[in-house]
Amino acid sequence: MEITLTHYLVLSTILFSIGLIGVMRRKNLLMLFFATEILLNSVNIGMAAISHYRGDYTGQMFAFFIIAIAASEVAVGLGLLIVWYKRTGKIDLDLMTSMKG
Amino acid sequence: MFEAVAFYLFAALTLVMFTITVMTSQALYALTAMAAGMIFISAFFFILGADFLGAIQIIVYTGAVMALYAFGMMFFDTTRRVVEKRTNPRFIIVLGAISAVLVALIVLAPIVTNNLNAYYPIDPSVGNTQAIGMVLFTKYLVPFELAAVMLLVAMIAGIVLAGKKMDKSLTLMAEEEIALLHASNVTSSTEEAH
Repeated sequence: MEITLTHYLVLSTILFSIGLIGVMRRKNLLMLFFATEILLNSVNIGMAAISHYRGDYTGQMFAFFIIAIAASEVAVGLGLLIVWYKRTGKIDLDLMTSMKG
Repeated sequence: MFEAVAFYLFAALTLVMFTITVMTSQALYALTAMAAGMIFISAFFFILGADFLGAIQIIVYTGAVMALYAFGMMFFDTTRRVVEKRTNPRFIIVLGAISAVLVALIVLAPIVTNNLNAYYPIDPSVGNTQAIGMVLFTKYLVPFELAAVMLLVAMIAGIVLAGKKMDKSLTLMAEEEIALLHASNVTSSTEEAH
């Protein structure tokens, strides 16, 4: 019944897959942001597990920087989303086709 | 034994919460389920001995990020059901194949890198928070400063982007005034488009 590194990595992978499913099926941008948060968090679990089982602080350090990046991503992303919603009244990904390409 | 019970309990809870986040059509349910999932993830960090990381997870994710999302959701119409459009199945198959390769790589990674040496070995004589501070402010000082600058840039960007037209209070205006404001918005945005 001992929990090994593989247990944590499998859990991290399953959570990452859930996040990927969210990224693929969501068209609402706010929900897409939620899915990206799940992706970042699942990676953090893997980092902390490797840090624990390898006896190395590097994994935890990377987890800290991932959290910092996630926080700034949310700040900028939500700001852009609010501007877009004020302009168009919608936050659907399919309607963001202003570029003629 | 205790560790195994805690691991499986929190793994099940996290999986359920994140599945709700991804699958529900109500934005409010997604937000609440994700906040719960974030707290359950911090439990893994405590099990793994990364106490400081667990505390940061609770403070930053459930404190700051979730509050920011809740604040952002005040602007959006969250009561409306989220409609998902069906995409091209070939596109889904390609993305699924890429994901499968990624999963194989993640699972294979510890087998391949079995003979790695620890860069900054865990010292059991000092606590986790103290050791984190020592490594962070000696070996990772430059990335730490860069992260601080990045957070400052993100904060200014968030204020500038979300703060536009904050001086007009929509709740205190009459319906006609709001309609007028929207009309001027539409004309100005169409002018920009031309």
